[in-house]
Amino acid sequence: MLTFTLRRLLLAIPTLLVISLVIFLLVDLAPGSPMSEIPLTVPPDVRQKMIEALGADQPVFVRYFLWLRQFFWVEPAALIDSWFGTTWAEGEQRILSWQSRSPVFTIIGQRLPQTMTVIGTAYLVGILIAVPIGIYSAYRQYSVFDQAGTLFAMIGFSVPTFFSGTLFIIIFAVWLGWFPTKYDTQLVVNDWESFVKQIKQMALPVMTLGLANAAAISRYMRSSMLDNMGMDYVRTARAKGMSERTVVLKHVLRNSLIPVVTVIALGIPAIFGGAIITENLFGVNGIGAALIGAIHANDIPMVQTLAFIFAVLIVLFNLIADILYGLLDPRIRYD
Amino acid sequence: MKLRAALMGAVAVMGLAPAAFAERGTDGEVKLTFPQAVSIMNPYLSGGTKDILAAAMVVEPLAVVDPDGVLVPRLAVEIPTMENGGVSADMMSITWKLQPGLLWSDGTPVTADDAVFTWQYCTHPEGGCSQATKYEGVASVEAVDASTIKVNFAAPKPNPYTAFVSGLSPILQKKQFEACLGAAAPTCTDANNMPIGTGPFMVTGFTVNDTVSMTANPNYRDPAKPAFATAVIKGGGDAEGSARAVMETGEFDYAWNTQIPPDSQAAMAAAGKGQFVVAFGTLVERLEMNTTDPSPSLPEGERSTAKHPHPILSDIKVRTALSKAIDRTILVEVGYGEGGRPTCNVIPGPEAWASDNQGCIAQDMEGAKALLDEAGWTDSDGDGIRDKDGKKLSILYQSTVNPIRQDFQALIKDWWTELGVEVELKAIDPGVFFGGDPGSPDTFQKFYADVEMYANNSDNPDPETYLGQYQCKNAPTPETQWQGENINRFCDPAYDALHAELTQTTDLAKRQEIAKKLNDMVTKDSMIVVPLVHRGTLSAHSNTLGGVQINAWDMETWNVADWFRVK
Repeated sequence: MLTFTLRRLLLAIPTLLVISLVIFLLVDLAPGSPMSEIPLTVPPDVRQKMIEALGADQPVFVRYFLWLRQFFWVEPAALIDSWFGTTWAEGEQRILSWQSRSPVFTIIGQRLPQTMTVIGTAYLVGILIAVPIGIYSAYRQYSVFDQAGTLFAMIGFSVPTFFSGTLFIIIFAVWLGWFPTKYDTQLVVNDWESFVKQIKQMALPVMTLGLANAAAISRYMRSSMLDNMGMDYVRTARAKGMSERTVVLKHVLRNSLIPVVTVIALGIPAIFGGAIITENLFGVNGIGAALIGAIHANDIPMVQTLAFIFAVLIVLFNLIADILYGLLDPRIRYD
Repeated sequence: MKLRAALMGAVAVMGLAPAAFAERGTDGEVKLTFPQAVSIMNPYLSGGTKDILAAAMVVEPLAVVDPDGVLVPRLAVEIPTMENGGVSADMMSITWKLQPGLLWSDGTPVTADDAVFTWQYCTHPEGGCSQATKYEGVASVEAVDASTIKVNFAAPKPNPYTAFVSGLSPILQKKQFEACLGAAAPTCTDANNMPIGTGPFMVTGFTVNDTVSMTANPNYRDPAKPAFATAVIKGGGDAEGSARAVMETGEFDYAWNTQIPPDSQAAMAAAGKGQFVVAFGTLVERLEMNTTDPSPSLPEGERSTAKHPHPILSDIKVRTALSKAIDRTILVEVGYGEGGRPTCNVIPGPEAWASDNQGCIAQDMEGAKALLDEAGWTDSDGDGIRDKDGKKLSILYQSTVNPIRQDFQALIKDWWTELGVEVELKAIDPGVFFGGDPGSPDTFQKFYADVEMYANNSDNPDPETYLGQYQCKNAPTPETQWQGENINRFCDPAYDALHAELTQTTDLAKRQEIAKKLNDMVTKDSMIVVPLVHRGTLSAHSNTLGGVQINAWDMETWNVADWFRVK
């Protein structure tokens, strides 16, 4: 297992380098200019000066290698500096966002906690709703509950979050007035009152995303359970006189969880990636909102860095999913 | 004795009464929301209005422009004019006097050196200052004494109110930005995010592209202002969401740029929690006619250049017919509601500068058809499309991806089809269209289409620079890397001559008269620019927020010091 993990990690290095180059070229070749949001009243020569000040007029390979150096050397050095008070990154140019002129990693650092709390909670809520629904739907296939679960999943699948989110806003914020529509990122949770406030402002985005997540996972859970319910070992277990509870929750569920765990693990990078639409809709200043904002403004350093971090996370969680597979299923061995 | 004490008491109460009525920081928090979040608080490095609006609450210029387009002093004692001797008789310099006792929010005095530094900061060749035009023509800025700023021009300047005027050109603190000159400008993250200013508020917290937190500036020159103790600007989402947060849920007090469809405007206003306010500046949604041939059959480098006049649109009758067929009132109803009105002018305001040209408002389909017949475009083969000499009257009409613009394109296509014109529509991503990349065929400057639609405005109530765009020399060409503001490649020596006259004229009434003439030359006389809608900025404020005076000539937050809570 260890050699397998090491081999995979080493293989990841050239993969990620190629990915970084591809992302860089894609982002760079995409049409648009960092000046596109600047009002037309700013004349062309001033625009040109602004582009030069950003360094955006340099040849693409110069910028790529500069970015590689900044990402793999300057940024880690800056991180170590901030931890231990060293001065390794002093005088070095960190990756700066073109839009805000702030270091990209500072922005990510500011935004990651919001994304983790909101999107992470939504994911957790989604799993907690989906797994029981999936189990019971499969156990009582074609029952009223199963039909209702299917309907719920279909709605969650097919209704886009920009629609369900707006619908929730109109019902719960405008008509009922229970929850705020805009997420207050400055809120510090230090007492019961602020905690309630935090729960309230998280309610709408978590509901919106939880619905979508639960829909997908419940379908995986259900079909995986159905696959296993018809297996010989289930019949054997029942023939041995085991209670239905033991059969379903011990034998079938454990075996059915294997593919579902993979799906859940592969979905985790998406938590870090944030939810572009939902974050934007509710004003959660997460990573997704940062990404779409940067794309709109053609903020190449920001887009490039975020996209690359997602690539790293996806490669990493693929590996984790593979390892988890081995842990859950003793038949799978990589050595 | 008793009486005297009572009288004294009464006097004291009377003296205190106004102060008690308006006192700094008594009205709690004012909450603003912008559909686009604030990225940076330094207007000189900013890419958009959103940042400058927020910055205007913190850093201030010498003078601002009020809602009527009139200059009002801010940090200056008065507006320098030729009458009071502030502007030199030869128009080569302007001298501003700072108000006495001005302090930065950190308690240090504001001096003329700060203004000199601000000029150096923005004109540094490596700084990439986005407001460099404000300092164009400025030869030097000198500090005559600690409170006197003299701006010297390289040539006589009839409109000297550009440097240090309006929220686009505020004064920065020298002490804070000293190390941020030139190439170092973007690296001063702290200074750029939390500039020290003289305005009613000071920044206490800044999260990039999300929230700006501010508190009342303890050193603000008016001890009774601002009424609010703190201010928050939350950004992100969309116009609809921002409008809703003010008009329907009441979570916020002010929402900037709530440009939403007319039916949503009406529905939200009905909720009764707030109101929409609109300020009409000079923003005009227009059709630009290409006077050069954009045909793909021409070799690259000659397409859309003055070498080949446009085969169809070179004829003024065709251009006029296309304009006549449009019903601008319907366009406004569909697209903007309260936030727009039909116009025929490129310079729709301020009133004193706007031409009385109203001729295009009423739709005249029959007149348009007659004009095309007259121009020789008839439907000879009966397929519903006019032709002339075997060539079809066919037009490529492009704009950016934007729901309102696509509605406009569809409506105008209907009218033009009725006229017998074949119309092909194209919608381009705004990032590409306005991006100005000379390698892309889809920029508005390259204009590889017959007609294009977008909006543009003048950033100064005085339209001299704005009208200067239509001079021959400003046409985008391959030689200029397709940069230039004369999108139509309009070229009229009479226009250029008249514009040159404008730059030399100082008399206000005369300037206005020339501006009107220039406006007419590109609109009703030539139909090169076909204005459609005079667009306002639509913002929303809660019924509990008082003192809002929306302003099209400067930042909407220009008088935030006077905002208060209605009780």
